[in-house]
Amino acid sequence: MNMLQRPGLIRHKNWRYPKLSGMVIAAAIIMYWLHSPAEGEPYGGTWLGYVLGIASMLLIFLLMWYGITKRNVPKSRDRRHYDKVDRRKFENTEDVRKYKRSEGERRRHQPVNTWRFGGDMKGWLAAHINLGGALLVLVTLHSGFQFGWNIHTLSYVLTLLVIASGFYGVYVYVNYPRLITENMGEDSLETLLSKIAELNEMTRIRALDLPDDVNELILAARTQTRLGGGVWQQLAGEAKRDCPTRHAIAKVLELGAKYTKDNQPKLMRDLYALLLRKEKIVSRVRNEVMLKARLRFWLYIHAPLSIALFTALFAHVVSIYYYW
Amino acid sequence: MLRLYFDKWHVAHTFMSKDRYKIAIIGSGPAGISAAARAAELGVSHVLVEAAPHLANTIHRYQKGKQVMAEPACLPLRSPMSFGPSVREHILDTWENEIQRLEVNIRVGCAVAGISGTRGDFVIRLSSGEEIEAEFAILAIGVQGNIRKLGVPGEDLPRVQYQLDDPGEFSGETIVVVGGGDAGVENALALCKQNRVFLVNRQEEFSNCKEANLEMLMAAVTDNKIETRVNSRTERIEAINEDVYPIVYVVQTEQGQERIKCHRVIARLGANPPRKLVESFGIEFPNDDLSSVPQLTEQYESNVPGLYVVGALAGYPLIKQAMNQGYEVVEYILGNPVEPADEGLLREKFSSIPGIHKAGEGIALIRENQPLLASLTTLQLREFMLDSTVLAPNKGEIIFKRNDYSNSFFSIIGGGVRILTEDKNGAQMAFELKSGQFFGEMGLLSGRRRSGTAIAGDNCLLVETPRRSMLKLLNSACGVRRSLDEVSLRRIIQNYLDASLPESELDHLVHEAKFKEYSVGEVLFNEGDEADGLYMIRRGSVTVSRIVEGKEVVLAYVSAGSYVGEMALVSKTPRSATVRAAAPTEAILLETERFNAVMERNSSIRGKVDSRYLERVVNDDDIVANAEASGLIKFLMDQGVGEATDVLLIDYSRCIRCDSCENACASVHEGTSRLDREAGSTYEQLHVPASCRHCEHPHCMKDCPPDAIHRSVNGEVFISDSCIGCGNCQKNCPYGVIQMAERVEYKRPSILEIILGKKGKKVTVGEVPGAKVAVKCDMCKGILGGYACVRACPTGAAMRVNPEEFLGQIK
Repeated sequence: MNMLQRPGLIRHKNWRYPKLSGMVIAAAIIMYWLHSPAEGEPYGGTWLGYVLGIASMLLIFLLMWYGITKRNVPKSRDRRHYDKVDRRKFENTEDVRKYKRSEGERRRHQPVNTWRFGGDMKGWLAAHINLGGALLVLVTLHSGFQFGWNIHTLSYVLTLLVIASGFYGVYVYVNYPRLITENMGEDSLETLLSKIAELNEMTRIRALDLPDDVNELILAARTQTRLGGGVWQQLAGEAKRDCPTRHAIAKVLELGAKYTKDNQPKLMRDLYALLLRKEKIVSRVRNEVMLKARLRFWLYIHAPLSIALFTALFAHVVSIYYYW
Repeated sequence: MLRLYFDKWHVAHTFMSKDRYKIAIIGSGPAGISAAARAAELGVSHVLVEAAPHLANTIHRYQKGKQVMAEPACLPLRSPMSFGPSVREHILDTWENEIQRLEVNIRVGCAVAGISGTRGDFVIRLSSGEEIEAEFAILAIGVQGNIRKLGVPGEDLPRVQYQLDDPGEFSGETIVVVGGGDAGVENALALCKQNRVFLVNRQEEFSNCKEANLEMLMAAVTDNKIETRVNSRTERIEAINEDVYPIVYVVQTEQGQERIKCHRVIARLGANPPRKLVESFGIEFPNDDLSSVPQLTEQYESNVPGLYVVGALAGYPLIKQAMNQGYEVVEYILGNPVEPADEGLLREKFSSIPGIHKAGEGIALIRENQPLLASLTTLQLREFMLDSTVLAPNKGEIIFKRNDYSNSFFSIIGGGVRILTEDKNGAQMAFELKSGQFFGEMGLLSGRRRSGTAIAGDNCLLVETPRRSMLKLLNSACGVRRSLDEVSLRRIIQNYLDASLPESELDHLVHEAKFKEYSVGEVLFNEGDEADGLYMIRRGSVTVSRIVEGKEVVLAYVSAGSYVGEMALVSKTPRSATVRAAAPTEAILLETERFNAVMERNSSIRGKVDSRYLERVVNDDDIVANAEASGLIKFLMDQGVGEATDVLLIDYSRCIRCDSCENACASVHEGTSRLDREAGSTYEQLHVPASCRHCEHPHCMKDCPPDAIHRSVNGEVFISDSCIGCGNCQKNCPYGVIQMAERVEYKRPSILEIILGKKGKKVTVGEVPGAKVAVKCDMCKGILGGYACVRACPTGAAMRVNPEEFLGQIK
């Protein structure tokens, strides 16, 4: 796979965004270091405090704009010059060399104005992550380490929470996609569910010729095996589940010694094998549900928190003007 | 009402035993109706005789609701009757109304038994014994008139039918369909949805039907929807008095006699051209070939003076052509000079050439200056020119650029053209072409980018022919194909082997070079075979593989414009690897002896082949050591990447399954995503979603009635607005990436709506609400910044790759 991979998010455009955020952080720290406010202790009200505060606010706007851009790519169709015929005259072979790619292909690969045409989401996400990291430093320095039970500290705490949830998201995005593919392979959720249905039917038919207690086990395994469940169950996946299928497997093994008449041993062996197969698929489905849930769940925290932050930020800024 | 009208005529005519007319027209197909209508319009006494009880029997027998095309689209219609692309019912209704309005003298239900006499004095004998006298006779009976029957006892039972009007009419029945051609297969496929269907074929394979039909049939057979009996002959059909099944169909299969109880037998055995009947009128055919048509003058007159033949029987199967001929033939009979219908169009085309005022002059000019086309008849040339364009570029103007994806064909009929190309190492080459030569055939045949840039010289005059018309011509005119192959072979050798090879050596190589065609998966040669020569790939691509430790390891992917088989030639040992076609492939085989002789005499070609040999030895060792790369190449080939020019791949180890790619695609394509991320195959962490591969020779283009699918200069294969929604492309696409979608106008959501999570609005447009057209990926043609799917992917998992570059990177 490595032979295919293009540079990842961090290395995007030759480390553009780590470099940028590193510079922002370094500049902020150096300024903070050199800055000695007249009133003694540093806080948000000094000139540096204002600089850092305004910078942080702009950064927050930019980071939140990502959420809109990603739903709005590409922004518009633009056919300017597209169908224009190239009437350039070629006098020698040197001119021809310059036109290796046809006009349309060159245009297709040309970078476009990010603001007007939506640009490239890879760059946006790389910037979002790296500048989000820089924001952590900026707001902390902006606070001057002065905390209290007020709207200002609330904004700060919300910022920290948004950034923390974002970093968790990065962790999930980096690690989970690979796990999902490994778990599912060539199959899709639908094919797995239909396989389960098929196995259910096969176990039902075999159990018909067996005593009632076996039939009850199989009925429970068939009808009470839950795949998804509530939010927490989905996030937890296989852990802490009382699974009727698993229970049935153990029981069938146990009852195998009891039923030895005619073709009963063969049927019991069949049931055991079928249930084992089913359990494997069931746990794959649960894994899939879990991985997908975890892949998405954090966003349900990250996005509302950022909106809360936006509101708190508004209050924070207004209150400052009020005191001014 | 119409029936009443016909009956009135019928009754009127039974009282007159013998009528005399100026023109008698036999057959009320498009050509016959058009001729009769023209005669009626001019007030010439005429009669139109039709054997069936209604007008236009062949069209009448089309399946209900069938879309009827009006090809060739650019040809103007010249007839008092109207005609355009529409559904069967609409066309028939319109014609019936117009026939009434023009007061055409029509007699339906009268089969002609014989025609005798000559100009000015024809006697047409009807099967009822009645006779009609006429000065001129026009034969427009088409070729569909006599349908083949089963020819066994029971062939005329009421439940044995020879056509199917509406497959929806039958449900819950057991039906035996006889005949393995397109009609039989199409009927069986249409019926199998709600009936139990047996399909009986005389031959072992269904080789007579279109590829798309064959594929659907195979799928239906696999799903047990259709049961087939091959190598089987109908023995008889018996009526039985059982509750459920009224008849029994007795068939002789390979396993012996079988009795299939059923409700219905539908036999689709084709039609016989009514040659015997036509010959009995005194008309002669040029040869014994069953498909041959009578020899006619340019005015459609046969060897019997005064007896004219038009329409499909004259060799013009298209409705519009036939209608034009019907009009023209009446004018000819009346002695009015008429220009052919295409005259104006052709004149327009030649207008850029000074001194040419008539289409005929232009045609003569082409015939004189372009030996490639000289073997065509005047009618063929006129048809060829209808699709083509005459260009007169200024000196220095670019005709096409290297690496463009255009695929039209150019014939030089005046002046010169300069071609600039370069080989893989960047060495420049330039050569001049003169009047009488042609170029652009490599792009046309390989389906790949142009290999060189063409620049107009002094007084340059060109004929540009689009891909489809040129392929049609190559398939029908073998003389043209042969001359083109010969020249293109030399050019391929010069371009891909050695440009400095002297003419004499080229002659030596080309002599006895063989053209070979391979379908996907077919083997060019096997590991361990004796070397039979060098294979130059002209079209398609191949994989080179070797068995390593019992497993097949793919070593390389070689595409058109390159060659394979040099290893065994250089080392003089048996083949060291197996070469297999990865896409439909055409190769040219240069024989070992000849090739070795040429190599011995010419050190430059020897050096080139040797260095290629060494390159490959190194590459092969690398790949054998790297099983992952080999598996990846094999997987991609299985996914059809071998014939792709640009394919969407997703690195699943990075894909966060957000489906931004699909959403972005939908937002720039009227709200319908042209890619399905989840569908498609995965190998390790590489996913090939269901999305267009922009094939070199797009399967979708194969059978598009309105010719709506094109490839732009930049490589995008796209469907234009002229799509009629027939669904052929969807059926023909082996990768399932074409969908049918309603024509809509899409309003993108505003930023506020985006924040609130709203989607865009679709408003149905078009004449027929709900009518669907085919949609597919157009590589975001014309959108600044390109590929919405790739741009919208936040993690860089989605990528579009050109397999040639991409497979070169796998090492």
